Amino acid sequence: MTDRKIVIPGEVIAEGNDYLPGEGTEKRESEIVAIRFGLAEEFNKLVKVIPLSGVYHPRRGNVVIGCVENLTFNGWVIDIKSSDTGFLPVAEVPRYVNKNDLKEVMDFGEMVVAKITEINQRGIDLTIRSRGLGKLDDGIIIEINPNRVPRVIGKEGSMISLIKNETGCRITVGQNGLIWIDGEKTEDELFAKKAILHIAENSFISGLTDEMTKWFEEEKGK
Amino acid sequence: MKTFKRPDGRKPDEIRPMKAEVGVVPNADGSAMFSFGDTVAIAAVYGPKKMHPQHLQNPKKGTLRCTYNMISFSVTDRIRPGPSRRSTEISKITEWALEPVLMIDNFKSKVVDVHISILQANASTRCAGINAAIIALAHAGIPMKNLVSSVSIGKLDKELIVDVNKYEEDWKEGEGSTDIPITMTADGKITHIQLDGKIKKEQLMEAVKMAREAHKKIYDVQKKALKEVGK
Repeated sequence: MTDRKIVIPGEVIAEGNDYLPGEGTEKRESEIVAIRFGLAEEFNKLVKVIPLSGVYHPRRGNVVIGCVENLTFNGWVIDIKSSDTGFLPVAEVPRYVNKNDLKEVMDFGEMVVAKITEINQRGIDLTIRSRGLGKLDDGIIIEINPNRVPRVIGKEGSMISLIKNETGCRITVGQNGLIWIDGEKTEDELFAKKAILHIAENSFISGLTDEMTKWFEEEKGK
Repeated sequence: MKTFKRPDGRKPDEIRPMKAEVGVVPNADGSAMFSFGDTVAIAAVYGPKKMHPQHLQNPKKGTLRCTYNMISFSVTDRIRPGPSRRSTEISKITEWALEPVLMIDNFKSKVVDVHISILQANASTRCAGINAAIIALAHAGIPMKNLVSSVSIGKLDKELIVDVNKYEEDWKEGEGSTDIPITMTADGKITHIQLDGKIKKEQLMEAVKMAREAHKKIYDVQKKALKEVGK
């Protein structure tokens, strides 16, 4: 991992024409300048800024967890904790849906895991036509700061698989900061919740996965 | 150059002790506190979020909405709470001072709300407000070209001073007092300048030069506050 440092808008991150401006940066003459506040990272000459705070910005391909807010004649309006609401059309549901009775499939207040297919002027389109997506029936939902989500998932999912192994729970992390936990026993779910909240609180520590392995040993010894 | 004694013993180009802190309002998406001595301002940023009422939405670009408010106990005589002619004007001025650096064109039909509260006032409140607002906006992850810093330059009789306090603002001797709040980006471009009083053209140029020097110090304080987040 390259060394990361906190940059502020207007700060020069890299100089020279061989660098490429990534997300949160801009090219001014031969300098790469930050336009957002966050951690600067350089990888393969691509410079980007990882945000540390702020609201969730939806992007195509993100898996999110949302709550059914409204029913329309051809789909569901889903609150995904962002400035725009998501829309899940009937056509994106992989089962037979009676158009006169959308309630039967999903009713107000029910939670759903969905993927963002498109973002346009009118709003955010969602789908549940993929593995691991769909309506949630059991388990608990917790909320964390969306900027901490990458730490909860870890490098190539290392952190989340650690938590899954240690607690024996099924976990889905939405990019919008909502996390679904489903375990055999309520104690397992609460244990997983405790672990995730611990990560979210200590997200600035480097080598967090090793730190969490120790944390689990300590907690289990109690 | 004649020696001029300021009431609080500061040198003409000396700013009151500054303090800045990021993340003072936990419920906001971004927040900051900034103070010049006794003048304390906090700014809280919410959004980008959907603009309501809907008729104010701009489908072409994002909107910045600032609200400047003095808390009733911020001055010696209790100030009547709620919006006034003065606070609406300063809200608008703050918007104009910040807008040139913000890159909110992509937040179509959205609004970024900035709430500035003056907790304690001893002149230069709009400058403290702008300084707090820009770090709060950066903390909220709003993209921007650069940071801005704001300071007020005063003229007591014929002498220029940096960072006016209440006593100096009410100066009556000689030509009286003149107050010039100036906001600049970190690379020295002016985004806002106001003039309350009278000043000659040459002296105004000198005032801008003085502000440029002062802004470097303010920028360092703002930068330091942001770099300390998460440590």
